[in-house]
Amino acid sequence: MRENDIILQTVSKVAVFIILTFGVYLFLSGHHNPGGGFIGGLTLSSAFVLLYIAFDVESVNAGIPLNYKMVAAVGVLIAICTGMGSLLFGSAFLSQSSAYFNLPVFGKTGFATVTLFESGVALGVVGVVITIMVSISEDV
Amino acid sequence: METIITLLIGVLVSVATYLLLSKNVIRVVLGSAILSHAIHLLLITMGGLKKGGVPILGGKVETYVDALPQALILTAIVISFAVTAFFLVLMYRTYQSVGTDNLHEMRGTNDE
Amino acid sequence: MNNILVFPMVLPIIAGVLLLFFRSNPKVQRWGSILTMVVVFLISLWILEKVMDEGILRLDFGEWAPPFGITFVADAFAMLLVTTSSLVTILCLLYAAFAKDEKREKFFLYPFLLLLIAGVNGAFLTGDLFNLFVCFEVMLLASYVLMTLGGEKKQLTEGIKYILINILSSWFFLLGIAYLYGTLGTLNMAHLSQRIAEVGQPPLLTTISILFLIVFSLKAGLVLYFWLPGSYEALPTAISALFAALLTKVGVYALFRSFTLLFYHEPSITHTIIGVMAMITMIGGSIGAIAYKDVRKIVAYNVIIAIGFILVGLASNNVESIQGSIYYLVHDILVKGLLFLMVGTVIYLTGKTRFDQVSGLITNYPLFGWIFLITLLSLGGIPPFSGFAGKLLIGKGALVAGEYVMVAVAFLSSLFVLYSLLRIFLNMFWGETSILKKNQIYLSKGMLASCLILAMLTIGLGLGMSVVSPYVAEAANVLTNPNLYIEGALNND
Repeated sequence: MRENDIILQTVSKVAVFIILTFGVYLFLSGHHNPGGGFIGGLTLSSAFVLLYIAFDVESVNAGIPLNYKMVAAVGVLIAICTGMGSLLFGSAFLSQSSAYFNLPVFGKTGFATVTLFESGVALGVVGVVITIMVSISEDV
Repeated sequence: METIITLLIGVLVSVATYLLLSKNVIRVVLGSAILSHAIHLLLITMGGLKKGGVPILGGKVETYVDALPQALILTAIVISFAVTAFFLVLMYRTYQSVGTDNLHEMRGTNDE
Repeated sequence: MNNILVFPMVLPIIAGVLLLFFRSNPKVQRWGSILTMVVVFLISLWILEKVMDEGILRLDFGEWAPPFGITFVADAFAMLLVTTSSLVTILCLLYAAFAKDEKREKFFLYPFLLLLIAGVNGAFLTGDLFNLFVCFEVMLLASYVLMTLGGEKKQLTEGIKYILINILSSWFFLLGIAYLYGTLGTLNMAHLSQRIAEVGQPPLLTTISILFLIVFSLKAGLVLYFWLPGSYEALPTAISALFAALLTKVGVYALFRSFTLLFYHEPSITHTIIGVMAMITMIGGSIGAIAYKDVRKIVAYNVIIAIGFILVGLASNNVESIQGSIYYLVHDILVKGLLFLMVGTVIYLTGKTRFDQVSGLITNYPLFGWIFLITLLSLGGIPPFSGFAGKLLIGKGALVAGEYVMVAVAFLSSLFVLYSLLRIFLNMFWGETSILKKNQIYLSKGMLASCLILAMLTIGLGLGMSVVSPYVAEAANVLTNPNLYIEGALNND
């Protein structure tokens, strides 16, 4: 039975983008301020969860055809491989470095290898959270 | 401040103990979640509660907070998140296959 | 900087994640995981040799010098256990590859097995108390999934108990860590050891040490073993063999590490308690082992007896007894894996779980029957096999320490081990055959091979004592001289 949640659906269409943007902001600000991969990932996945609540599982899955288990796997793989990457440069496991670049639009931009690691964490969190949510809700 | 937080931890632990001892599986899951929150609070209290800036060298702040307890509880939160989520799914699957959410009734199904 | 140290933990994780992408291809899953573990085994063997040559090795994660960063510290004790557990894992995986449990293989059996090994190896190698907690949790999360994989009713209800017990014990672990950090301000194990030695372990620290004793006892199944028989019983063969071989041993390792490196200043309190707990464990385990007719219950109680026996070595707390414990630990990892594989195979072949329902298996499967005999002799500590040296040294050490009651209980419990397994052997393997030749289930060569290799290993370990003894001596040397460990784990050059 489908209920007509017109208000929830209309609001969440807008809110999802706000939450996604906020998630990306939290993810990027994690280098010096509260935030980071885990928190950003949780916020990102809450946007997806909102979609699942507002619409039904089938139509969201049709719209975003991702296998979330694989998203989690890719995330973990990225996180570990960036940790292993430091081995190539002869430094210890999980070592990091950062540098500043002059990008055309953004000006002087800092970039740290931690961000790569954190992006793996974020993907992992998104994948795991949504896998859990969907597997609980599947047959309710 | 430490005293108040310690009292709060005590309350949380007693609530969690009460929930863990009940028969309903959902209460047990909630109890385990609250239990882990209590220990996170304890971890951060044990590092000492004080005001201060981010412990990054070259910052403008005079006093720093101890960063280690924060790193510890972040890790502990992630772990307890994963465990609670798995526990919840497991409880749900058990409820589906056994057909009861009462731990006492579940015991009988063991010897089939 | 020794990046090689991280491989025993990271390789299984990477391989496990990669295997997630090959869900539909069981062949890749089976052989990929075995190949990974062979590589891990060879690497850990190499590290063990290096540790013997160069002393304790250390890796600082992210080049954060100790005591600030996370470190991996490899001494002979840790590496001996990593090597042995990798070896057992290879053989259990080999068994699983031939058992072809496709229902579970589809649901990521091998990735989670590899994750479990990653947690186990990490727990052995880490030099940081909080990191030990994290590795425990990685291992436990994987074990929760493995425990409930397949979703049979019994597995689910036993799984709930198992998870709840472990959530509680993890909670106590964090409690101990919080208190220790509050009092000493560090979590690096070598640094902790230094600071505890400076203040001479006042009563507060002894109390905290009891907290850790409770945590690790729960994991190891020392006195607090009530959860163990039920949950091991619900598992499929290969997984139960891995659990029996590794999970409790990680708890034992943590007990040894914490009570030889950190809390060794008040042996009259802590080590006495451990001794009493070891005795209770052996008595309880012995009663359990002869009380049941269900073979899975009997072998589960045998795990418990062995834990008590190993801890006798720690309670006596001298070089000889600790050497004995290390021998016995290595032996027990191998032979408990073997025992659970054997018993699982018996149930697979006969479909019966009680030993009075089957007889005469040895005429149907002669080689298999003789392997079982070797297993039980090895567990009982009969000379040419691997259990003997450990038992002898633990007994000798305990006598030197004047723990006569403990020695008596320990060797009586060995008799109970022998009796309980002999009962299985005489009933199930001897006597008139109950299965007609034409009805007997084919025992695949691969399954038999992994049992056979493990049995050869226990014979080899028994006969080749002189090969292993320098490693064990070095491991015991580090355990009895905490300064060596501190030197290796903290020096900044």
